[in-house]
Amino acid sequence: MAERSSPPTTARPHPSRRKFLDWLLGTSLVGFMASVLYPVLRYLIPPVAGEAATGSVTLPFKPEEISANSGRIFKFGNRPGILIRTQTDELHALSATCTHLGCIVQYRPDLAHVWCACHNGHFDLHGQNIAGPPPAPLEEFTVNVRGDQIVIGKRS
Amino acid sequence: MARLREGLARLARWFDQRTGVGAVGQLVQKKDVPIHRHTVWYYLGGMTLFLLLVQIGTGILLLFYYRPSAGEAYESVQFLMAEVKFGWLIRSIHGWAANLMIVTLFLHLFSVMLLKAYRPPRDLTWFSGVLLLGLALTFGFTGYLLPWNELAYFATRVGTQITEVVPLAGKFLIRVLRGGEDVSGATLTRFYAIHVALLPAATATLLGLHLWLVQKHGMSVPPGAAPPTGPRRAMPFFPNFLIRDLVGWLTALAILAALSAYFPAELGTKADPFAPAPMGIKPEWYFMFMFQTLKLLPAHILGIEGEVVGVLGFALAGLYLFLLPVIDRPTESGVSSRVFTWIAVAIIVYMVALTAIGYLVNPAQ
Repeated sequence: MAERSSPPTTARPHPSRRKFLDWLLGTSLVGFMASVLYPVLRYLIPPVAGEAATGSVTLPFKPEEISANSGRIFKFGNRPGILIRTQTDELHALSATCTHLGCIVQYRPDLAHVWCACHNGHFDLHGQNIAGPPPAPLEEFTVNVRGDQIVIGKRS
Repeated sequence: MARLREGLARLARWFDQRTGVGAVGQLVQKKDVPIHRHTVWYYLGGMTLFLLLVQIGTGILLLFYYRPSAGEAYESVQFLMAEVKFGWLIRSIHGWAANLMIVTLFLHLFSVMLLKAYRPPRDLTWFSGVLLLGLALTFGFTGYLLPWNELAYFATRVGTQITEVVPLAGKFLIRVLRGGEDVSGATLTRFYAIHVALLPAATATLLGLHLWLVQKHGMSVPPGAAPPTGPRRAMPFFPNFLIRDLVGWLTALAILAALSAYFPAELGTKADPFAPAPMGIKPEWYFMFMFQTLKLLPAHILGIEGEVVGVLGFALAGLYLFLLPVIDRPTESGVSSRVFTWIAVAIIVYMVALTAIGYLVNPAQ
């Protein structure tokens, strides 16, 4: 039986080569994960809808269709607004999205002002937050009655 | 009969040789449950698991009729409730079992919290449990929207709006959560995907870890519950504990059937994104204490929006709950700390009190 020669010491794997391979595999793994995760994350972020830059809207109902001491929700672009006819026959238009947590507000005839049912927020007829948790006023819109039409516009 | 038994034994041997599943049987044989004055709390985890299984079963059945779109969701649930044989029963059980599961989950959480079962090496079991609670609450939140009724619509509007308080990324997060600027059909499909695919997968993974850890470490004996001297009292898991578990499960099933028959799930009116929030709007009862807190906080506290303070407070409380095994140093060494017991009691009292106030106050005020 021939004596086996011990392997030459130079054949030992070079540590820097091993390190290089580890580095290569590691970065490939990171690159691979990134190339999978990036499209997935981008996929989950919804595309920005071209929000209609609404400056003014003409309401689909006539001035006489809203009685005194009541309110009615209308679409201002893709957001809700509220039109109010007061006891003294004035028309007010406000954004209907509560500034607290985004519920849609309503007109309370018994209080004669605007109220949010979600967290008991109160606003006056100009949208000022007067009680409850809302931290900011509702945006007030301009109301113009032109014959049969009500035109609501943003305040400049 | 003897030949049948012989055949079954051979089949079992054949299966065991290929899978090694017999080891599980040996584990079950060895497993026992300590007996002491707090043993009754050990049943809550199993009860929660049973209710989860009910949820999976009824949830799969609901998928046969449900349609996840803003135009059809409400109508498909209406059809299910009115036309489909036992549709009302399946949906009612799904709704009631969800509620009961949250109840048993909270009882399980608080019993583990008060009995200090979270001390190492069971801290990882606690972490996975708190995360599972988070998943269960997300299940509830996403599932609530699916019938697309008015109540759910506004609860979701409010619930998703809360993420706005996250600094810098708030607006962006709301958009990702809702699938757009507002709660819409895009939100519905998103919540549907989360409710029926993402959460079940995450729950299965975490629950696997949770149960495995429970097997590995066995039941925790609360500090001071077992006498320091004398023999350790315990009952075998199989069949003694399991039989008792089954009694509990059958009772739960009977309660579920009774609740579903006498108080079937309601549907309400269809969601309308251009209608004011109805009076008496409220979230699921297990979010009521948070909802009520947000309602009571003033608009500004020390110059910060009240809502931000509230949400931040709940985030910190959640973090405290999660990190409890790390924070509660005294208990780690085997001495039950009174301070942490009182904090747990305070949390329970706060949640119960605010929930009660939420249901008792007049919604018009």
